[in-house]
Amino acid sequence: MSNVNANLNMKTNVNKSKEEPTVGAKSIFVDANRKQIATRRRIDWLLRLLFLVATSIGVLALMALLIDIVSNGIARVQPELFNNFPSRRASEAGMKSAIVGSLYMLAIMAPLSFLLGVGAAIYLEEYAKKNRLTRIIQLNISTLAGVPSIVYGILGLTLFVRELHLGRSLLSGAFTMTLLVLPIIIVSAQEAIRAVPKARRDASFALGATKWQTVSRSVLPSSISGILTGVILAMSRAIGETAPLVMIGALTFVAFLPNGPMDSFTVMPIQIYNWVSRPQASFQELAAAGIIVLLVTLLIMNFSAILLRNKYNKHI
Amino acid sequence: MRSDAVPTRESMFKNRKTHLMDRIMPVVLFLCATLSILTTIGIVFTLIGETFNFFRQIPFIDFITGTKWSPLIEPKSFGIWPLISGTLLITVIACLVAVPLGLASAIYLSEYAHKRVRGIVKPILEVLAGVPTIVYGYFALSLVTPVIRSLFSDAGVFNALSAGIVVGIMIIPMVCSLSEDAMTAVPRSLRDGAYALGATRFEVALKIVVPAAFSGIVASAVLAFSRAIGETMIVTVAAGSTPKLTGNPLESIQTMTAYIVQVSLGDTPHGSVEYGTIFAVGMTLFVITFLLNILAQYVARRFREEY
Repeated sequence: MSNVNANLNMKTNVNKSKEEPTVGAKSIFVDANRKQIATRRRIDWLLRLLFLVATSIGVLALMALLIDIVSNGIARVQPELFNNFPSRRASEAGMKSAIVGSLYMLAIMAPLSFLLGVGAAIYLEEYAKKNRLTRIIQLNISTLAGVPSIVYGILGLTLFVRELHLGRSLLSGAFTMTLLVLPIIIVSAQEAIRAVPKARRDASFALGATKWQTVSRSVLPSSISGILTGVILAMSRAIGETAPLVMIGALTFVAFLPNGPMDSFTVMPIQIYNWVSRPQASFQELAAAGIIVLLVTLLIMNFSAILLRNKYNKHI
Repeated sequence: MRSDAVPTRESMFKNRKTHLMDRIMPVVLFLCATLSILTTIGIVFTLIGETFNFFRQIPFIDFITGTKWSPLIEPKSFGIWPLISGTLLITVIACLVAVPLGLASAIYLSEYAHKRVRGIVKPILEVLAGVPTIVYGYFALSLVTPVIRSLFSDAGVFNALSAGIVVGIMIIPMVCSLSEDAMTAVPRSLRDGAYALGATRFEVALKIVVPAAFSGIVASAVLAFSRAIGETMIVTVAAGSTPKLTGNPLESIQTMTAYIVQVSLGDTPHGSVEYGTIFAVGMTLFVITFLLNILAQYVARRFREEY
């Protein structure tokens, strides 16, 4: 601020020397200038306050959301919530099948989207020539990231559930979610790979390594923590996603655990949606309890991503 | 012996496996990259195919000009406008919340905030962006709606205002971080120039930084608009399921996304007209968001101020 004040004083001086036609008018001009400067500084102060208030609204909204959910649901976070299957009676209902379903889906989706996403990112950063096809692929990826998730649900419903006859299964769900998170993974993996200094590649080539040896033994190990951070964040997005799985027909009432990838399933957000859409207060409490479980899961995932990112920042 | 001393290409690649990997991997990786193109083609073809079937049964003109949407209840009618107006109502409310707040937060973070404050606020906004939409849906229904109903006695249990406000809260981080990126990209020398002329902070922010970053800010607003249009769970939970052509935010409405969810939850037989509506509505949704995303990219590139 002191810097700005100095500047303001300078301006006053400049104005003084320019706008003084006679000695008698001097004080009037200086007063007018002082007044103007005071007004501008008052506006500055007001706007600063306004911007601060606007910023804190976002923070307050998050507080309100968390307080609302915890106060409504914490009493229902009991062992029954994890051990019981969904039930018509709120007092007996749990989300065991939803938690297991989410974990199974993660188990299929994580390796699949990791391989495909990192593969695409390596191709685009290390192998692709700067031609039209590469530009189209790159543009297409950023466009795909903006497609509403429910449209992916429509794709999954038609392609996996109907055309490939996978049915309303865990596999259909995992494939749909893989397509949904791929653009996010590709973009973040590209950033991580781009951050590897060129010197590392040159050193590897100078030792006589081939392209693939350089990529697999020098570039990938240097960028792996950055890549994993992006993958974990994408997975946490997938864990909370509801709409596409509703589309492909993940059930809202599953009283069994899926045995294989072709079984029908439910996931945490869908179980929560089912409880939210019931009018009874007891189910609303269950929904809040389910949300607490979901948010804690996401918190753990995000926390591990932050730890990885810190490690990564130290490396390069 | 002499030939052994000079490494030939063959001796360098003694390991045949290495050689093989260098031939195979580029192809494999290329296939991974083309999967994104295939996804787009898949989306377009599934939507076009079923939409085409739908329009063989329902005239396109009725769909695009009709003002009544009741495909599940007799007498059936298939005018998309109630769904579009519901979607726009939500989106406009959301943008009225998100654009001013997001922009103000971005100005605060990039021009005013101390480094330490930014270090605290930015992660909080990131958390806000990472909250699943179903959680926001619960938040709308359990906290925002009761507040609105206590303020406006004629508001319904499901109303567009509550859902719109919460969608707005959801996209604040997006507007904020994209606008802030644009503002951070404005060179420091421009700010210093203005300060040297005696400008105050708000003058620098509003007369120098915002105009210079304007293309990025507009692009962020357009992207936010597109994101709000595609938002599904909040509106499904909190905005109701009664498609109607209304501008009253206190009434229950239905958006395109919420309609798609409603149909897919029911037992709609494959191949029926009702089943086709998913694709016709999905196509409309896809085309609108696609055009908006292209527009955002165009604005960001075309009107960028180069320094």
